[in-house]
Amino acid sequence: MSQETGTGRVKRGMAEMLKGGVIMDVVTAEQAKIAEDAGAVAVMALERVPADIRAQGGVARMSDPDMIEKIQAAVSIPVMAKARIGHFVEARILESLGVDYIDESEVLTPADYENHIDKWDFKVPFVCGATNLGEALRRINEGAAMIRSKGEAGTGDVSNAMQHMRKIGGEIRRLSSMREDELYVAAKEMQAPFELVKEVAANGKLPVVLFTAGGIATPADAALMMRMGADGVFIGSGIFKSGNPAQRAAACVKATTFFDDAKVLAEVSRGLGEAMVGINVADLPAPHRLAERGW
Amino acid sequence: MKVGVLALQGDVREHVNSLIACGVYPRTIRRIEELDNVDALIIPGGESTTIAQLAEHYQLLEPIKERIAQGMPAYGSCAGMILLADRVLDAIEGQKTFGGLDITVRRNAFGRQVDSFESDIDFLDGENEKVHAVFIRAPWVEETGNEIATLASVIAPDGTTHPVAVRSATLLATSFHPELTGDYRIHRYFIEELARPALISRGVR
Repeated sequence: MSQETGTGRVKRGMAEMLKGGVIMDVVTAEQAKIAEDAGAVAVMALERVPADIRAQGGVARMSDPDMIEKIQAAVSIPVMAKARIGHFVEARILESLGVDYIDESEVLTPADYENHIDKWDFKVPFVCGATNLGEALRRINEGAAMIRSKGEAGTGDVSNAMQHMRKIGGEIRRLSSMREDELYVAAKEMQAPFELVKEVAANGKLPVVLFTAGGIATPADAALMMRMGADGVFIGSGIFKSGNPAQRAAACVKATTFFDDAKVLAEVSRGLGEAMVGINVADLPAPHRLAERGW
Repeated sequence: MKVGVLALQGDVREHVNSLIACGVYPRTIRRIEELDNVDALIIPGGESTTIAQLAEHYQLLEPIKERIAQGMPAYGSCAGMILLADRVLDAIEGQKTFGGLDITVRRNAFGRQVDSFESDIDFLDGENEKVHAVFIRAPWVEETGNEIATLASVIAPDGTTHPVAVRSATLLATSFHPELTGDYRIHRYFIEELARPALISRGVR
């Protein structure tokens, strides 16, 4: 009875189990516990949430292994961690720590401005950001087992997440309406492998789970993304940069499950205290827009 | 027979598709009034802590527990197995389950995601063709009560053998995810061998 680990099915299947859930950024074991108790399906362990990375500037890197291990010890739900785009050694380190998913993330400073990590070469699964379908399919071609729309991390402004979900969804719908002999040009135009383009056209969805990230700050934001076809949401700075993290975390979990029920959404949106202050994406000068990292 | 899939979180869609392939058109269950309309229930894979908390907050925990105690057939995969277990090891403090299966389950027993695996296993003592089973941060069964039958077992990396599929008269639980492989035999087994006989004996068609 041979047991095979690190297979595509096991990696993609892990993401299927997260569907309908909220993955929360945490920087301490205490925050991780709050997230777990609030019903998070997983936590993302990192040293600074995107809003702080943005405020403090400098090069943002993989977190200290000590800090990741403390979080792993504190919770029973999956623990994810971020590696820099193209930094396959950071990814190896995270894999050796036994993190459950690696986010090859534009929130950290890229290590390679041309190549992403060859993700097939790892036992641990990867999630990658995308702003459009071509980018999503390039990441899947490199071995990503889960995709998240990028949005604009650390802003509390949901408009970019909305734009990326509309773009990905719109491009999938367009492919579905095409004749098969038109898919060759479509693949060329979106710079994506033909086989994946054909698969998306046939199934009307990505071959992996699609979450949303970047700028989600309220239960209504989370529900909006679910209505746009997300399988689940990442909430970065939105929870622990708000006035009442435990309550907001629980509210976002409920809003993700009952995304189509305005009564529940009204109920969970009451009395949450102050949301994260936020920055309008339009006010960000171009070099500070994280969504533009990744190629 | 009306079958529900608990749809608070997890791989609901895959279970729905598996049931449709078995000729059963399922309903998704998020609210207490939806529960009243089903004769049998599937609890999907996902995070057991998340599902339990949402079930408790939306007043589904006690009603599902009661229905199971009254004989409603139910099948749980992975997190669903944990939620059907009477006793859970490595749970978070205060973690609740629907219970009903007289078993002790260990959460994440096979390890972290890098230890997740797939394997061909014997189901029902090799009576059938092997089942290709996908284990994702999977639990295993550590102890079974007298009324529990073991349908499949797996040898862990440390050489110990643990049940990964168990049943009672009305309840079925697997550590693995048949809903991910397009193999509908486990769902068909639940429908034909557990749910239908149990419901016919109570006069439900």
